Amino acid sequence: MEKPILEVDNLRIRYGGASTEAVRGVTFTLGRERLGIVGESGSGKSTVGRALLRLLPGATITADTLRFGDRELLTLSEREMLKVRGRHMSMILQDPKFSLNPIRRVGDQVAETYLRHFRCSKTEARDKALAMLEAVKIRDPKRVYQQYPHEISGGMGQRVMIAMMLLADPDLVIADEPTSALDVTVRLQVLNILDGLVRDRGIGLIMISHDLNLVRNFCDRVLIMYAGRVVETLAARDLDRAEHPYTRGLLAAQPKIGGGRAPLAVLDRQPEWLEEKA
Amino acid sequence: MSVSVETRDVSITFGAGPAAVRVLPGVSFSVSPGECFGLVGESGSGKSTVLRCISMLTDIWTGDILIDGKSVRAMPLIERCRMVQMVFQDPYGSLHPRQSVRTVLNEPLAIHKLGNREERMRKAITDVGLPLSFLDRFPHQLSGGQRQRVAIARALILEPSLLLLDEPTSALDVSVQAEILNLLQRLREERGFTYIMVTHDLAVVDHMCDRFAVMLHGEITEVLPRDAIPANGATHPYARELIGASLEYENAH
Repeated sequence: MEKPILEVDNLRIRYGGASTEAVRGVTFTLGRERLGIVGESGSGKSTVGRALLRLLPGATITADTLRFGDRELLTLSEREMLKVRGRHMSMILQDPKFSLNPIRRVGDQVAETYLRHFRCSKTEARDKALAMLEAVKIRDPKRVYQQYPHEISGGMGQRVMIAMMLLADPDLVIADEPTSALDVTVRLQVLNILDGLVRDRGIGLIMISHDLNLVRNFCDRVLIMYAGRVVETLAARDLDRAEHPYTRGLLAAQPKIGGGRAPLAVLDRQPEWLEEKA
Repeated sequence: MSVSVETRDVSITFGAGPAAVRVLPGVSFSVSPGECFGLVGESGSGKSTVLRCISMLTDIWTGDILIDGKSVRAMPLIERCRMVQMVFQDPYGSLHPRQSVRTVLNEPLAIHKLGNREERMRKAITDVGLPLSFLDRFPHQLSGGQRQRVAIARALILEPSLLLLDEPTSALDVSVQAEILNLLQRLREERGFTYIMVTHDLAVVDHMCDRFAVMLHGEITEVLPRDAIPANGATHPYARELIGASLEYENAH
């Protein structure tokens, strides 16, 4: 087996001033694959994603191992982290409305990734950015390059974010609810673009989502988190055969097209889910 | 007590003369008493605006909106509020952070000068499946699902006949969404409410609604029965695309 991109062992995160840990002993490894992390709000899934990039000021992060390639992430200085973020590991956030700078042209924002991490001229960065905008299927990259975030649609904004995050050719991309803010018709388009690029370039992907359908369709493996712990790990295609009552509860609670009108199953939370380990 | 709703050529125009922009170019549909009617479409297509027109939160529209044959414009404010109530999308934004649940529920009763306040509040909070002790809680002491229940209780306390639901579950987790949808379904069976529900999730439409309208750029492209979803029985290209995408999203393995 080839060396995994990311190894996480016993990751624990406590926010400053909190009495309990938000993430309690999460362990997983990631190869060149697409890993989904699902759970309800407050289950700690986004916290895990942010901890990998060390984007949690004020929180205490401990782990037995948090290895990314050859780097031990928790021992890196902030200076070294700056070289990792955006270059080797990057993150796609939920809503392009809030994650793009409203007063800069979108193309310049994409090119910035390249300028920051590689020695190159501005023209070179610009050409790279244009090519990347084309790769995310933006029809007229030259025009869109010059536009401001408020002039483009949500779906296009999210494609710009993807272009920005993949431009430096990272080893790992963390997508935190990348399509929750988009319409159904646009959502599939954006996901297919992300999926194609990640596969072609052999990038490891962590997809954080509350949407079981999304991880089922766009991931290879799924971690299910409940209250800061991983309760079950499954191959995405086996999601219907989940064994943990929490996973089964989530699946049953979803209304389905053509699913009849019987009252939906409601999650009956058991206190022992908090303690048992996957 | 169920009411029917009819909208005829409702439109909103900004500006005047050649520069005028029609943002809602003539919406007409009718909802029978006791029906659950869905409004779907992409963001910016005017779904929520239609609800705001019916509830008169936006009153610059032209055309007619009739509830049980009576124009909402002609109805006095007090009567209209007893008849029509709305539940908003984001339970984190729709409750006052410094008002307890009791204050929230008491306000409509005070405005409408209704008696038996304590009893009515107790009934409303029990109806939405919350314990009575929650009357003395503040929003920050409630989870998202509990907040949405309080918002529904606030809408129910005036015993309206028509509930306008603006994406009532899109800010919530699936597990909590199931609880709220079950609650809405049960209330409709018990009280015979008429619902108009805005959502972007066709699975929710299929679960809740009898018919639904697909909106695009402020216009209703097509009104479809619920049965049209699984086999994609739409004729308008956008409606077909929307249903197709939802089916693909749910079933693509």
